[in-house]
Amino acid sequence: MSLNKEQIAQRIAKEVKDGYYVNLGIGIPTLVANFVRDDIQVEFQSENGILGMGPFPFEGEEDPDLINAGKQTITALPGASFFDSAMSFSMIRGQHVDLTILGSMEVAQNGNIANWKIPGKMVKGMGGAMDLVASAENIIVAMMHTNRAGNSKLLKECTLPLTGVACVKKIVTNLAVLEVKDNAFHVLERAPGVSIAEIKEATEGDIVVNGDIPEIEL
Amino acid sequence: MINKTVSSVEEACEGIEDNMTFMLGGFGLSGIPENAIKELVRKNVQNVTCISNNAGVDDFGLGLLLKKHQIKKMISSYVGENKEFERQMLSGEMEVELIPQGTLAQRCQAAQSGIPAFFTPAGYGTEVAEGKETREFDGKMYVMERAFKADFAFVKAWKGDEAGNLIFKGTARNFNPIMCGAANITVAEVEELVPAGELDPNQIHIPGIFVQRIFQGKDYEKRIEQRTVRPKK
Repeated sequence: MSLNKEQIAQRIAKEVKDGYYVNLGIGIPTLVANFVRDDIQVEFQSENGILGMGPFPFEGEEDPDLINAGKQTITALPGASFFDSAMSFSMIRGQHVDLTILGSMEVAQNGNIANWKIPGKMVKGMGGAMDLVASAENIIVAMMHTNRAGNSKLLKECTLPLTGVACVKKIVTNLAVLEVKDNAFHVLERAPGVSIAEIKEATEGDIVVNGDIPEIEL
Repeated sequence: MINKTVSSVEEACEGIEDNMTFMLGGFGLSGIPENAIKELVRKNVQNVTCISNNAGVDDFGLGLLLKKHQIKKMISSYVGENKEFERQMLSGEMEVELIPQGTLAQRCQAAQSGIPAFFTPAGYGTEVAEGKETREFDGKMYVMERAFKADFAFVKAWKGDEAGNLIFKGTARNFNPIMCGAANITVAEVEELVPAGELDPNQIHIPGIFVQRIFQGKDYEKRIEQRTVRPKK
């Protein structure tokens, strides 16, 4: 069985370590917050200007002056802080944020990422994605292994306009956990019941499989 | 104390002309200068360039200027929530320059700080870096970006005093503080304008030196773009 979006988020949550400041992108990454262990200390940053972001507010307690980068109403946890957009990106480019989790349309085996623009379609903009991928030491991409048309999103080379170069280190998809190094996708774990052959079939880029690949534990 | 108070949004916007470049604070609809935007619509200034992280929605924020075809060019990082914007962009009626959010912020702060240019890793190796100087520092590649130049900056704060000192609230802070002093004239509108001496100097986010005109805003709608809640237990 391949993983659903919640399960991808659940697996990524295991990468969030005690003491981490984490920036979560829109989509599957947002769900990661729901699965982080509650016995570790973690703070979520949203690049519009909050550290210590909490869950959605209770109905009737929404505050137009308190939103996340997806423009959703949120809350601030004890210990939270607010800051301007330049300071927010000082945290990001200055590598004070420990982990960035974001979605993508394509990742290449050299670590290139393309997730902001499809030529010929309405372009909404890159928001903070280019700053995040150019700066973070530790980037995890959360995405489905293939797109809606069934084509692989793990490629030899990106075909779409790039968001950043040689920056993705790890990918968690519905089929596998993969490390991006030495110009190839190295399979670390596979979704329960998913065979290596299925993963290879769904991957256009070069794949490395060393020894027995364990199943993903959630 | 140097008094920066003006009596109305009309007075605050004196000197605005066609073809000018404006900076507007806000992220999404949070912390946008609602009064100044309405005045720009009323004055019907034409062919303006707007530097703003987003472009509002169809019937609010910068969407109001878009609807009247007042904007010649938008400089933003994300413009996804606006149908009229999409139409004008695709038809070529309006020019759009998309730049990374952190670069947008730093180009404001550079203008505020008298720094003409800086190097950032954001956008290196992408189309954002095309035609720009790149340079290696300590083994990593960076792109040179320039400070913005603008005629007016319109910002919105929570509280302000007669001296132009500003305090922001929550995530409505965003681009507002770094646009102060980044244009020739900075116009600040506030939810609550108080006499000098009432705000604690320890709590000021932006000193009045960066603000030329301040006025008491009115009729704030403070719309919510994505209302997300959880049920009460």
